[in-house]
Amino acid sequence: MADNVRPRVKAPRKAEPGEAVTIKTLISHPMESGQRKDSDGNPIPRSIIHRFTCEFNGEMVVDVAMEPAISTNPYFEFEAVIPEAGDLKFTWYDDDGDVYEETKTVAMA
Amino acid sequence: MTLTRRSVMVMGAGAVVAFGLPMRASAAGEDKIAEFTGGADMAEGGITLSAPEIAENGNTVPIEVSAPGAEAILVLAMGNPTPGVAEFRFGPLAASQTASTRIRLAGTQDVVAIAKMKDGSFARASSNVKVTIGGCGG
Repeated sequence: MADNVRPRVKAPRKAEPGEAVTIKTLISHPMESGQRKDSDGNPIPRSIIHRFTCEFNGEMVVDVAMEPAISTNPYFEFEAVIPEAGDLKFTWYDDDGDVYEETKTVAMA
Repeated sequence: MTLTRRSVMVMGAGAVVAFGLPMRASAAGEDKIAEFTGGADMAEGGITLSAPEIAENGNTVPIEVSAPGAEAILVLAMGNPTPGVAEFRFGPLAASQTASTRIRLAGTQDVVAIAKMKDGSFARASSNVKVTIGGCGG
């Protein structure tokens, strides 16, 4: 378990039916690439978030397969269509099996 | 020096060795591309890759990919120890096939984005990024 993993999501609280909204996500995570060495010269094992998904009411918006070349504290910005009121569900999958989730409710304007 | 058949052969072999080495560095990247496209031809255009011309810090380089009508976009950093960066798959509720993120670059190199369109064709864009401080530790 990576320490202090905290997802942050910026999404609108209200939207018109069918509106395209911009969503920004950030999660605090070291994203240890497996390429670095510690002060004794031993390689530090890889520990990253390898997948991120965003769904709205169970329908996929975006599904990202991530490699170690994604920066520390992975940031994503993308656009989603909001057809009706419902929940945006964000999921991050860690190498160590942990799953971090965040939900944002969007109401109709 | 007279140019005999033998000396031409030796020079030819030397040239293969000299040019073969730099190609090997990006061979892993080419393999990734072949795996993604299945060896299909890639069109230029139809995909936009925005990356800075000069990145002071290779640890966090902002990029944006956009390919209208794409179902997936693969991003590769050809000069990294492992070339894979990310693969975006867009679902039915994606308003646009656009995404931004921040990536690590080990040094000055080409960043490549390949889009798989809904009709099965592929498009490619690349951008050279000059990196002042590399971002892979060591």
